[in-house]
Amino acid sequence: MEVPKEGTAVQIVDHLFRHQSGKMISVLTRLFGIHNLTMVEDVVQEAFLKAMQVWPLNQLPDNPAGWLMQTARNKAIDIIRRQQNFQQYSKELSHQLQLETEATVQHFFLDSEIKDSQLRLIFACCHPSLKEEDQIAFTLKTVSGFGSSEIAKALVTNESTIQKRLYRARQFIIEHRIQLEIPSGNALSERLEIVYTILYLLFNEGYNSSKADELIRKDLCAEAMRLCNLLSEHKSGKQPATYALLSLMCFHASRFDSRVDENNTIILLQHQDRSKWNRDLIDRGYYYLSLSSEGDALSVYHIESAIAAEHCMSVSFDATNWQRILGLYDLLLIQKATATVVLNRAIALAHLNRVNEAILQIKSIKNIDFLIESQYIYNAVLGDLFLKQKKNDQAEKYLLNACRLTNSQPEKNLIVEKLEFLKRSN
Amino acid sequence: MKDFMLIFTNNPNMPTATPEQMQANMQLWFAWTEKLKAKNLYVSGEALMPGGKMVQGKKAVVTDGPFAESKEIVGGYFIVKANSLEDAAELAKDCPDLPQDGKVVVREVVKF
Repeated sequence: MEVPKEGTAVQIVDHLFRHQSGKMISVLTRLFGIHNLTMVEDVVQEAFLKAMQVWPLNQLPDNPAGWLMQTARNKAIDIIRRQQNFQQYSKELSHQLQLETEATVQHFFLDSEIKDSQLRLIFACCHPSLKEEDQIAFTLKTVSGFGSSEIAKALVTNESTIQKRLYRARQFIIEHRIQLEIPSGNALSERLEIVYTILYLLFNEGYNSSKADELIRKDLCAEAMRLCNLLSEHKSGKQPATYALLSLMCFHASRFDSRVDENNTIILLQHQDRSKWNRDLIDRGYYYLSLSSEGDALSVYHIESAIAAEHCMSVSFDATNWQRILGLYDLLLIQKATATVVLNRAIALAHLNRVNEAILQIKSIKNIDFLIESQYIYNAVLGDLFLKQKKNDQAEKYLLNACRLTNSQPEKNLIVEKLEFLKRSN
Repeated sequence: MKDFMLIFTNNPNMPTATPEQMQANMQLWFAWTEKLKAKNLYVSGEALMPGGKMVQGKKAVVTDGPFAESKEIVGGYFIVKANSLEDAAELAKDCPDLPQDGKVVVREVVKF
Protein backbone atom coordinates (compact mmCIF):
# COMPACT_ATOMS: atom_id res chain seq x y z
CA MET A 1 0.00 0.00 0.00
CA GLU A 2 1.27 3.43 -0.86
CA VAL A 3 1.60 5.62 2.16
CA PRO A 4 1.33 9.32 1.44
CA LYS A 5 3.82 11.58 3.15
CA GLU A 6 2.82 13.82 6.01
CA GLY A 7 1.05 16.95 4.92
CA THR A 8 -0.28 15.50 1.70
CA ALA A 9 -3.83 15.06 2.92
CA VAL A 10 -6.38 15.35 0.17
CA GLN A 11 -7.61 18.90 -0.11
CA ILE A 12 -10.93 19.77 -1.62
CA VAL A 13 -10.98 23.13 -3.38
CA ASP A 14 -12.32 25.87 -1.09
CA HIS A 15 -16.11 26.27 -1.22
CA LEU A 16 -16.43 23.53 -3.83
CA PHE A 17 -19.63 22.20 -2.26
CA ARG A 18 -21.14 25.63 -1.97
CA HIS A 19 -20.41 26.49 -5.58
CA GLN A 20 -21.48 23.08 -6.81
CA SER A 21 -24.70 23.41 -4.86
CA GLY A 22 -25.55 26.59 -6.72
CA LYS A 23 -24.69 25.01 -10.06
CA MET A 24 -26.69 21.86 -9.44
CA ILE A 25 -29.70 23.80 -8.18
CA SER A 26 -29.55 26.05 -11.24
CA VAL A 27 -29.48 23.18 -13.69
CA LEU A 28 -32.08 21.11 -11.90
CA THR A 29 -34.53 23.98 -11.41
CA ARG A 30 -34.22 24.72 -15.10
CA LEU A 31 -35.00 21.07 -15.83
CA PHE A 32 -37.83 20.62 -13.36
CA GLY A 33 -39.09 24.18 -13.02
CA ILE A 34 -38.48 26.43 -10.04
CA HIS A 35 -41.84 25.40 -8.54
CA ASN A 36 -40.11 22.07 -7.84
CA LEU A 37 -37.37 23.80 -5.86
CA THR A 38 -37.90 21.65 -2.77
CA MET A 39 -37.51 18.45 -4.75
CA VAL A 40 -34.45 19.90 -6.46
CA GLU A 41 -32.89 20.80 -3.12
CA ASP A 42 -33.46 17.26 -1.94
CA VAL A 43 -31.71 15.86 -5.00
CA VAL A 44 -28.74 18.15 -4.40
CA GLN A 45 -28.59 17.29 -0.71
CA GLU A 46 -28.72 13.61 -1.61
CA ALA A 47 -25.75 14.02 -3.94
CA PHE A 48 -23.75 15.63 -1.14
CA LEU A 49 -24.74 12.97 1.36
CA LYS A 50 -23.66 10.29 -1.08
CA ALA A 51 -20.31 12.05 -1.48
CA MET A 52 -20.01 12.27 2.31
CA GLN A 53 -20.66 8.60 2.57
CA VAL A 54 -18.34 7.45 -0.17
CA TRP A 55 -15.38 9.83 -0.47
CA PRO A 56 -13.89 9.82 3.02
CA LEU A 57 -13.82 6.03 3.27
CA ASN A 58 -12.64 5.51 -0.21
CA GLN A 59 -10.89 8.31 -2.00
CA LEU A 60 -11.58 11.63 -3.56
CA PRO A 61 -12.69 11.22 -7.18
CA ASP A 62 -10.39 12.78 -9.79
CA ASN A 63 -12.99 15.37 -10.58
CA PRO A 64 -15.09 15.95 -7.45
CA ALA A 65 -17.18 18.68 -9.05
CA GLY A 66 -17.93 16.46 -12.02
CA TRP A 67 -18.77 13.54 -9.74
CA LEU A 68 -21.35 15.61 -7.89
CA MET A 69 -22.84 16.92 -11.13
CA GLN A 70 -22.99 13.41 -12.57
CA THR A 71 -24.74 12.13 -9.46
CA ALA A 72 -27.29 14.91 -9.72
CA ARG A 73 -27.76 14.20 -13.43
CA ASN A 74 -28.34 10.50 -12.89
CA LYS A 75 -30.87 11.28 -10.22
CA ALA A 76 -32.64 13.69 -12.57
CA ILE A 77 -32.85 11.05 -15.29
CA ASP A 78 -34.14 8.60 -12.71
CA ILE A 79 -36.92 10.94 -11.66
CA ILE A 80 -37.98 11.65 -15.22
CA ARG A 81 -37.87 7.98 -16.13
CA ARG A 82 -40.05 7.09 -13.19
CA GLN A 83 -42.63 9.75 -14.00
CA GLN A 84 -42.68 9.12 -17.71
CA ASN A 85 -43.49 5.48 -17.23
CA PHE A 86 -41.99 4.49 -20.57
CA GLN A 87 -42.89 0.85 -19.99
CA GLN A 88 -46.44 1.36 -21.13
CA TYR A 89 -45.31 1.76 -24.73
CA SER A 90 -43.73 -0.72 -27.10
CA LYS A 91 -40.23 -1.76 -26.22
CA GLU A 92 -38.85 0.00 -29.26
CA LEU A 93 -40.55 3.32 -28.57
CA SER A 94 -39.79 3.30 -24.88
CA HIS A 95 -36.15 2.63 -25.63
CA GLN A 96 -36.10 5.49 -28.12
CA LEU A 97 -37.87 7.86 -25.74
CA GLN A 98 -35.49 6.99 -23.00
CA LEU A 99 -32.45 7.73 -25.14
CA GLU A 100 -33.93 11.03 -26.21
CA THR A 101 -34.72 11.99 -22.66
CA GLU A 102 -31.18 11.25 -21.60
CA ALA A 103 -29.75 13.26 -24.49
CA THR A 104 -32.00 16.21 -23.67
CA VAL A 105 -31.12 16.11 -20.00
CA GLN A 106 -27.44 15.75 -20.86
CA HIS A 107 -27.62 18.95 -22.87
CA PHE A 108 -28.54 20.94 -19.77
CA PHE A 109 -25.37 19.73 -18.08
CA LEU A 110 -23.02 21.25 -20.66
CA ASP A 111 -20.75 23.89 -19.12
CA SER A 112 -22.21 26.70 -21.22
CA GLU A 113 -25.74 25.64 -20.30
CA ILE A 114 -24.86 25.49 -16.60
CA LYS A 115 -23.72 29.11 -16.75
CA ASP A 116 -26.90 30.02 -18.54
CA SER A 117 -28.97 28.28 -15.88
CA GLN A 118 -27.11 30.05 -13.10
CA LEU A 119 -27.87 33.38 -14.69
CA ARG A 120 -31.55 32.50 -15.07
CA LEU A 121 -31.68 31.60 -11.41
CA ILE A 122 -30.01 34.87 -10.40
CA PHE A 123 -32.60 36.75 -12.45
CA ALA A 124 -35.42 34.81 -10.79
CA CYS A 125 -34.00 35.54 -7.31
CA CYS A 126 -33.90 39.22 -8.24
CA HIS A 127 -37.51 39.32 -9.36
CA PRO A 128 -38.75 42.92 -9.03
CA SER A 129 -41.75 41.92 -6.92
CA LEU A 130 -39.55 40.53 -4.16
CA LYS A 131 -38.35 42.69 -1.32
CA GLU A 132 -34.68 43.54 -1.40
CA GLU A 133 -33.92 41.63 1.80
CA ASP A 134 -35.70 38.57 0.40
CA GLN A 135 -33.80 38.83 -2.87
CA ILE A 136 -30.52 38.86 -0.99
CA ALA A 137 -31.33 35.90 1.24
CA PHE A 138 -32.81 33.88 -1.60
CA THR A 139 -29.83 34.52 -3.87
CA LEU A 140 -27.41 33.47 -1.17
CA LYS A 141 -29.39 30.32 -0.50
CA THR A 142 -30.11 29.05 -3.99
CA VAL A 143 -27.42 30.54 -6.21
CA SER A 144 -24.58 30.63 -3.71
CA GLY A 145 -25.28 27.51 -1.65
CA PHE A 146 -25.18 29.26 1.73
CA GLY A 147 -27.20 27.67 4.54
CA SER A 148 -29.66 29.82 6.47
CA SER A 149 -27.34 29.76 9.50
CA GLU A 150 -24.51 31.10 7.34
CA ILE A 151 -26.69 33.78 5.77
CA ALA A 152 -27.77 34.91 9.22
CA LYS A 153 -24.15 35.11 10.32
CA ALA A 154 -23.10 37.01 7.22
CA LEU A 155 -25.94 39.50 7.46
CA VAL A 156 -25.64 39.77 11.24
CA THR A 157 -29.18 38.75 11.99
CA ASN A 158 -30.80 35.63 13.41
CA GLU A 159 -31.61 32.45 11.61
CA SER A 160 -35.38 32.61 12.02
CA THR A 161 -35.45 36.01 10.31
CA ILE A 162 -33.57 34.53 7.38
CA GLN A 163 -35.86 31.52 7.25
CA LYS A 164 -38.85 33.83 7.09
CA ARG A 165 -37.32 35.73 4.19
CA LEU A 166 -36.50 32.52 2.36
CA TYR A 167 -40.00 31.21 2.91
CA ARG A 168 -41.53 34.41 1.61
CA ALA A 169 -39.41 34.42 -1.53
CA ARG A 170 -40.07 30.75 -2.21
CA GLN A 171 -43.83 31.11 -1.75
CA PHE A 172 -43.93 34.08 -4.07
CA ILE A 173 -42.02 32.30 -6.79
CA ILE A 174 -44.15 29.19 -6.58
CA GLU A 175 -47.47 31.03 -6.38
CA HIS A 176 -46.68 33.32 -9.27
CA ARG A 177 -45.16 30.57 -11.35
CA ILE A 178 -42.04 32.62 -11.96
CA GLN A 179 -40.19 31.28 -14.96
CA LEU A 180 -36.47 30.82 -15.20
CA GLU A 181 -35.82 33.04 -18.12
CA ILE A 182 -33.46 35.71 -19.27
CA PRO A 183 -35.45 38.85 -19.99
CA SER A 184 -34.74 40.78 -23.15
CA GLY A 185 -34.74 44.43 -24.19
CA ASN A 186 -35.84 46.90 -21.57
CA ALA A 187 -36.82 44.18 -19.15
CA LEU A 188 -33.24 42.93 -19.25
CA SER A 189 -31.78 46.32 -18.33
CA GLU A 190 -34.31 46.70 -15.55
CA ARG A 191 -33.58 43.28 -14.16
CA LEU A 192 -29.84 43.81 -14.43
CA GLU A 193 -30.22 46.98 -12.34
CA ILE A 194 -31.68 44.89 -9.54
CA VAL A 195 -28.98 42.26 -9.89
CA TYR A 196 -26.32 44.98 -9.63
CA THR A 197 -27.96 46.37 -6.52
CA ILE A 198 -28.07 42.95 -4.90
CA LEU A 199 -24.45 42.15 -5.76
CA TYR A 200 -23.35 45.61 -4.61
CA LEU A 201 -25.18 45.14 -1.30
CA LEU A 202 -23.73 41.66 -0.84
CA PHE A 203 -20.25 42.97 -1.42
CA ASN A 204 -20.70 45.97 0.86
CA GLU A 205 -22.19 43.85 3.59
CA GLY A 206 -19.02 41.78 3.53
CA TYR A 207 -16.69 44.71 3.07
CA ASN A 208 -18.12 47.11 5.61
CA SER A 209 -19.87 45.10 8.25
CA SER A 210 -17.33 45.07 11.03
CA LYS A 211 -19.84 43.21 13.16
CA ALA A 212 -19.63 39.91 11.35
CA ASP A 213 -16.56 37.74 11.74
CA GLU A 214 -13.72 38.09 9.30
CA LEU A 215 -14.11 34.75 7.59
CA ILE A 216 -17.76 35.04 6.61
CA ARG A 217 -17.24 38.65 5.50
CA LYS A 218 -14.53 37.57 3.10
CA ASP A 219 -16.79 34.78 1.85
CA LEU A 220 -19.50 37.29 1.14
CA CYS A 221 -17.20 39.59 -0.82
CA ALA A 222 -15.76 36.68 -2.76
CA GLU A 223 -19.24 35.41 -3.54
CA ALA A 224 -20.42 38.80 -4.81
CA MET A 225 -17.36 38.95 -7.04
CA ARG A 226 -17.88 35.41 -8.28
CA LEU A 227 -21.47 36.14 -9.28
CA CYS A 228 -20.52 39.43 -10.90
CA ASN A 229 -17.82 37.63 -12.83
CA LEU A 230 -20.35 35.02 -13.91
CA LEU A 231 -22.61 37.81 -15.11
CA SER A 232 -19.76 39.38 -17.07
CA GLU A 233 -19.08 36.12 -18.88
CA HIS A 234 -22.61 35.73 -20.18
CA LYS A 235 -23.79 37.34 -23.40
CA SER A 236 -26.78 38.91 -21.65
CA GLY A 237 -24.82 40.11 -18.64
CA LYS A 238 -21.81 41.40 -20.52
CA GLN A 239 -22.70 45.09 -20.09
CA PRO A 240 -20.49 48.11 -19.39
CA ALA A 241 -22.10 48.54 -15.96
CA THR A 242 -21.35 44.90 -15.11
CA TYR A 243 -17.67 45.48 -15.79
CA ALA A 244 -17.78 48.73 -13.83
CA LEU A 245 -19.26 46.95 -10.81
CA LEU A 246 -16.73 44.15 -11.09
CA SER A 247 -13.84 46.60 -11.27
CA LEU A 248 -15.20 48.47 -8.25
CA MET A 249 -15.23 45.22 -6.29
CA CYS A 250 -11.68 44.39 -7.37
CA PHE A 251 -10.35 47.79 -6.27
CA HIS A 252 -12.03 47.54 -2.88
CA ALA A 253 -11.09 43.92 -2.35
CA SER A 254 -7.44 44.76 -3.03
CA ARG A 255 -7.39 46.62 0.30
CA PHE A 256 -9.26 44.01 2.29
CA ASP A 257 -6.29 42.72 4.26
CA SER A 258 -4.64 46.03 4.99
CA ARG A 259 -7.59 47.61 6.77
CA VAL A 260 -7.21 46.05 10.21
CA ASP A 261 -4.00 45.51 12.16
CA GLU A 262 -3.02 42.61 14.39
CA ASN A 263 -4.60 44.33 17.41
CA ASN A 264 -7.91 44.50 15.57
CA THR A 265 -7.72 48.24 15.15
CA ILE A 266 -8.89 49.82 11.92
CA ILE A 267 -6.07 51.21 9.85
CA LEU A 268 -7.27 54.34 8.12
CA LEU A 269 -6.57 54.83 4.45
CA GLN A 270 -3.82 57.36 5.22
CA HIS A 271 -1.93 54.87 7.36
CA GLN A 272 -2.36 51.76 5.26
CA ASP A 273 0.74 50.11 3.89
CA ARG A 274 0.05 50.47 0.20
CA SER A 275 2.57 47.80 -0.66
CA LYS A 276 0.20 45.35 1.00
CA TRP A 277 -2.60 46.15 -1.38
CA ASN A 278 -3.24 43.24 -3.68
CA ARG A 279 -1.62 44.23 -7.00
CA ASP A 280 -3.28 41.44 -8.89
CA LEU A 281 -6.75 42.63 -7.88
CA ILE A 282 -5.87 46.23 -8.68
CA ASP A 283 -4.74 45.19 -12.15
CA ARG A 284 -7.95 43.27 -12.64
CA GLY A 285 -9.80 46.38 -11.48
CA TYR A 286 -8.14 48.47 -14.20
CA TYR A 287 -8.79 45.78 -16.75
CA TYR A 288 -12.52 45.64 -16.06
CA LEU A 289 -12.71 49.41 -15.78
CA SER A 290 -11.30 49.66 -19.30
CA LEU A 291 -13.86 47.14 -20.52
CA SER A 292 -16.60 49.22 -18.90
CA SER A 293 -15.88 52.33 -20.89
CA GLU A 294 -17.97 51.21 -23.85
CA GLY A 295 -21.32 52.81 -24.61
CA ASP A 296 -22.57 56.18 -23.46
CA ALA A 297 -24.26 55.36 -20.17
CA LEU A 298 -22.38 56.41 -17.06
CA SER A 299 -23.60 54.23 -14.19
CA VAL A 300 -23.03 54.89 -10.51
CA TYR A 301 -20.70 51.90 -10.60
CA HIS A 302 -18.55 53.62 -13.21
CA ILE A 303 -18.18 56.66 -10.97
CA GLU A 304 -17.58 54.71 -7.77
CA SER A 305 -15.03 52.55 -9.51
CA ALA A 306 -13.26 55.63 -10.83
CA ILE A 307 -13.08 56.96 -7.27
CA ALA A 308 -11.68 53.67 -6.00
CA ALA A 309 -9.21 53.69 -8.90
CA GLU A 310 -7.97 57.14 -7.87
CA HIS A 311 -7.00 55.76 -4.47
CA CYS A 312 -5.33 52.69 -5.96
CA MET A 313 -3.46 54.84 -8.45
CA SER A 314 -2.00 57.17 -5.89
CA VAL A 315 1.50 56.24 -4.65
CA SER A 316 0.81 57.66 -1.20
CA PHE A 317 -2.04 59.16 0.74
CA ASP A 318 -0.54 62.63 0.42
CA ALA A 319 -0.35 62.28 -3.33
CA THR A 320 -4.09 61.57 -3.58
CA ASN A 321 -5.77 63.74 -6.17
CA TRP A 322 -8.63 65.00 -3.98
CA GLN A 323 -9.67 67.54 -6.55
CA ARG A 324 -10.44 64.82 -9.05
CA ILE A 325 -12.12 62.70 -6.39
CA LEU A 326 -14.32 65.64 -5.42
CA GLY A 327 -15.28 66.06 -9.07
CA LEU A 328 -16.28 62.40 -9.22
CA TYR A 329 -18.36 62.74 -6.05
CA ASP A 330 -20.09 65.74 -7.63
CA LEU A 331 -21.05 63.49 -10.53
CA LEU A 332 -22.12 60.71 -8.19
CA LEU A 333 -24.29 63.07 -6.18
CA ILE A 334 -26.36 63.80 -9.29
CA GLN A 335 -27.24 60.12 -9.71
CA LYS A 336 -27.22 59.00 -6.13
CA ALA A 337 -28.03 61.73 -3.64
CA THR A 338 -27.74 59.57 -0.55
CA ALA A 339 -26.46 60.53 2.87
CA THR A 340 -23.44 58.24 2.43
CA VAL A 341 -22.41 59.98 -0.77
CA VAL A 342 -22.74 63.40 0.85
CA LEU A 343 -20.65 62.17 3.76
CA ASN A 344 -17.92 60.81 1.52
CA ARG A 345 -17.92 63.93 -0.60
CA ALA A 346 -17.51 65.96 2.59
CA ILE A 347 -14.45 63.91 3.48
CA ALA A 348 -12.95 64.79 0.11
CA LEU A 349 -13.74 68.48 0.77
CA ALA A 350 -11.98 68.27 4.11
CA HIS A 351 -8.86 66.89 2.47
CA LEU A 352 -8.89 69.96 0.22
CA ASN A 353 -8.77 72.07 3.40
CA ARG A 354 -12.43 72.96 3.09
CA VAL A 355 -13.25 71.54 6.53
CA ASN A 356 -15.86 74.13 7.41
CA GLU A 357 -17.73 73.51 4.19
CA ALA A 358 -17.48 69.78 4.82
CA ILE A 359 -19.14 70.10 8.23
CA LEU A 360 -21.88 72.31 6.81
CA GLN A 361 -22.53 69.78 4.04
CA ILE A 362 -22.90 66.95 6.52
CA LYS A 363 -25.13 69.00 8.78
CA SER A 364 -27.35 69.81 5.82
CA ILE A 365 -28.16 66.14 5.17
CA LYS A 366 -31.85 65.50 5.45
CA ASN A 367 -32.62 63.80 8.80
CA ILE A 368 -29.02 64.28 9.94
CA ASP A 369 -30.20 64.51 13.56
CA PHE A 370 -31.56 61.02 13.34
CA LEU A 371 -28.37 59.77 11.68
CA ILE A 372 -26.26 61.33 14.41
CA GLU A 373 -28.44 59.72 17.03
CA SER A 374 -28.27 56.29 15.48
CA GLN A 375 -25.21 55.80 13.35
CA TYR A 376 -21.58 55.48 14.24
CA ILE A 377 -20.08 56.71 11.01
CA TYR A 378 -21.58 60.24 10.98
CA ASN A 379 -20.30 60.83 14.49
CA ALA A 380 -16.88 59.42 13.72
CA VAL A 381 -16.47 61.68 10.70
CA LEU A 382 -17.84 64.80 12.41
CA GLY A 383 -15.61 64.13 15.43
CA ASP A 384 -12.68 63.92 13.09
CA LEU A 385 -13.52 67.12 11.28
CA PHE A 386 -13.92 69.09 14.51
CA LEU A 387 -10.64 67.62 15.65
CA LYS A 388 -9.07 69.09 12.53
CA GLN A 389 -10.56 72.46 13.39
CA LYS A 390 -9.18 72.07 16.93
CA LYS A 391 -12.70 72.44 18.30
CA ASN A 392 -11.98 69.86 20.95
CA ASP A 393 -15.28 70.05 22.85
CA GLN A 394 -17.32 69.39 19.74
CA ALA A 395 -14.89 66.69 18.63
CA GLU A 396 -15.14 64.92 21.97
CA LYS A 397 -18.92 65.02 21.90
CA TYR A 398 -19.13 63.29 18.52
CA LEU A 399 -16.34 60.83 19.23
CA LEU A 400 -18.04 59.74 22.45
CA ASN A 401 -21.27 59.32 20.49
CA ALA A 402 -19.46 57.23 17.93
CA CYS A 403 -17.94 55.04 20.60
CA ARG A 404 -21.34 54.45 22.15
CA LEU A 405 -22.99 53.62 18.83
CA THR A 406 -20.70 50.87 17.65
CA ASN A 407 -20.39 47.31 18.84
CA SER A 408 -17.43 46.67 16.65
CA GLN A 409 -14.15 46.36 18.53
CA PRO A 410 -12.00 47.65 15.64
CA GLU A 411 -14.18 50.77 15.40
CA LYS A 412 -14.14 51.28 19.17
CA ASN A 413 -10.35 50.96 19.22
CA LEU A 414 -10.04 53.60 16.56
CA ILE A 415 -12.24 56.06 18.43
CA VAL A 416 -10.52 55.42 21.75
CA GLU A 417 -7.20 56.22 20.10
CA LYS A 418 -8.57 59.56 18.94
CA LEU A 419 -10.08 60.38 22.32
CA GLU A 420 -6.73 59.73 23.94
CA PHE A 421 -5.09 62.03 21.43
CA LEU A 422 -7.65 64.68 22.41
CA LYS A 423 -6.83 64.28 26.10
CA ARG A 424 -3.13 64.70 25.45
CA SER A 425 -3.66 67.84 23.41
CA ASN A 426 -6.00 69.46 25.95
CA MET B 1 -0.08 -5.37 16.11
CA LYS B 2 -3.52 -6.69 15.39
CA ASP B 3 -6.17 -5.61 12.94
CA PHE B 4 -9.30 -3.89 14.12
CA MET B 5 -12.40 -2.88 12.28
CA LEU B 6 -13.86 0.55 12.94
CA ILE B 7 -17.48 0.43 11.84
CA PHE B 8 -19.02 3.84 11.20
CA THR B 9 -22.68 4.45 11.79
CA ASN B 10 -24.12 7.35 9.89
CA ASN B 11 -24.75 10.59 11.50
CA PRO B 12 -28.44 11.39 11.56
CA ASN B 13 -27.91 15.15 11.84
CA MET B 14 -26.00 15.62 8.64
CA PRO B 15 -29.01 15.81 6.30
CA THR B 16 -29.58 19.37 7.52
CA ALA B 17 -25.95 20.42 7.20
CA THR B 18 -25.02 23.18 4.77
CA PRO B 19 -22.75 22.44 1.81
CA GLU B 20 -19.92 24.32 3.53
CA GLN B 21 -20.33 22.28 6.73
CA MET B 22 -20.37 19.03 4.78
CA GLN B 23 -17.22 19.98 2.95
CA ALA B 24 -15.56 20.89 6.25
CA ASN B 25 -16.58 17.51 7.71
CA MET B 26 -15.22 15.72 4.67
CA GLN B 27 -11.95 17.60 4.97
CA LEU B 28 -11.66 16.36 8.56
CA TRP B 29 -12.10 12.80 7.36
CA PHE B 30 -9.30 13.19 4.85
CA ALA B 31 -7.05 14.68 7.50
CA TRP B 32 -7.84 11.80 9.84
CA THR B 33 -7.08 9.09 7.27
CA GLU B 34 -3.91 10.90 6.37
CA LYS B 35 -2.86 10.94 10.01
CA LEU B 36 -3.51 7.20 10.34
CA LYS B 37 -1.66 6.50 7.12
CA ALA B 38 1.30 8.59 8.23
CA LYS B 39 1.54 6.44 11.37
CA ASN B 40 1.23 3.28 9.29
CA LEU B 41 -1.93 2.31 11.11
CA TYR B 42 -4.36 2.47 8.22
CA VAL B 43 -4.91 -0.81 6.38
CA SER B 44 -8.00 -0.29 4.26
CA GLY B 45 -11.46 1.15 4.20
CA GLU B 46 -14.66 0.85 2.24
CA ALA B 47 -17.82 2.90 2.03
CA LEU B 48 -21.29 1.50 1.69
CA MET B 49 -23.98 3.00 -0.50
CA PRO B 50 -26.97 4.24 1.43
CA GLY B 51 -29.94 1.93 1.04
CA GLY B 52 -29.75 -1.78 0.27
CA LYS B 53 -31.62 -5.03 0.64
CA MET B 54 -32.38 -7.15 3.64
CA VAL B 55 -32.72 -10.92 3.30
CA GLN B 56 -34.13 -12.78 6.28
CA GLY B 57 -36.08 -15.72 7.60
CA LYS B 58 -36.49 -19.29 6.50
CA LYS B 59 -38.17 -18.12 3.34
CA ALA B 60 -35.35 -15.74 2.62
CA VAL B 61 -37.68 -12.79 2.28
CA VAL B 62 -35.99 -9.90 0.54
CA THR B 63 -36.98 -6.39 1.64
CA ASP B 64 -35.72 -2.98 0.63
CA GLY B 65 -33.53 -0.77 2.69
CA PRO B 66 -33.15 1.79 4.14
CA PHE B 67 -33.91 -0.21 7.21
CA ALA B 68 -36.99 1.24 8.79
CA GLU B 69 -36.35 -0.24 12.22
CA SER B 70 -33.32 1.88 12.72
CA LYS B 71 -32.41 5.35 11.63
CA GLU B 72 -28.76 4.46 11.94
CA ILE B 73 -27.15 2.78 9.00
CA VAL B 74 -23.63 1.50 8.75
CA GLY B 75 -21.89 3.80 6.32
CA GLY B 76 -18.55 2.06 6.00
CA TYR B 77 -15.53 0.77 7.81
CA PHE B 78 -11.80 1.12 8.28
CA ILE B 79 -9.36 -1.62 9.08
CA VAL B 80 -6.65 -0.17 11.32
CA LYS B 81 -3.67 -1.55 13.20
CA ALA B 82 -3.45 -1.30 16.98
CA ASN B 83 -1.94 -3.18 19.90
CA SER B 84 -5.17 -3.68 21.77
CA LEU B 85 -8.88 -3.06 21.66
CA GLU B 86 -8.29 -0.10 23.99
CA ASP B 87 -5.72 1.40 21.64
CA ALA B 88 -8.04 0.91 18.69
CA ALA B 89 -10.85 2.65 20.57
CA GLU B 90 -8.42 5.45 21.28
CA LEU B 91 -7.87 5.83 17.54
CA ALA B 92 -11.61 5.91 16.94
CA LYS B 93 -11.92 8.97 19.19
CA ASP B 94 -10.63 11.07 16.29
CA CYS B 95 -13.58 10.14 14.09
CA PRO B 96 -14.86 13.48 12.70
CA ASP B 97 -18.51 12.45 12.95
CA LEU B 98 -18.51 12.05 16.73
CA PRO B 99 -19.39 15.69 17.45
CA GLN B 100 -22.48 15.22 15.25
CA ASP B 101 -23.67 12.12 17.10
CA GLY B 102 -21.91 9.67 14.81
CA LYS B 103 -20.90 6.33 16.26
CA VAL B 104 -17.96 4.01 15.83
CA VAL B 105 -18.05 0.34 16.77
CA VAL B 106 -14.59 -1.10 17.34
CA ARG B 107 -14.07 -4.84 16.78
CA GLU B 108 -11.02 -7.00 16.53
CA VAL B 109 -10.54 -8.90 13.28
CA VAL B 110 -9.88 -12.59 13.94
CA LYS B 111 -6.74 -13.90 12.29
CA PHE B 112 -6.70 -17.65 11.69
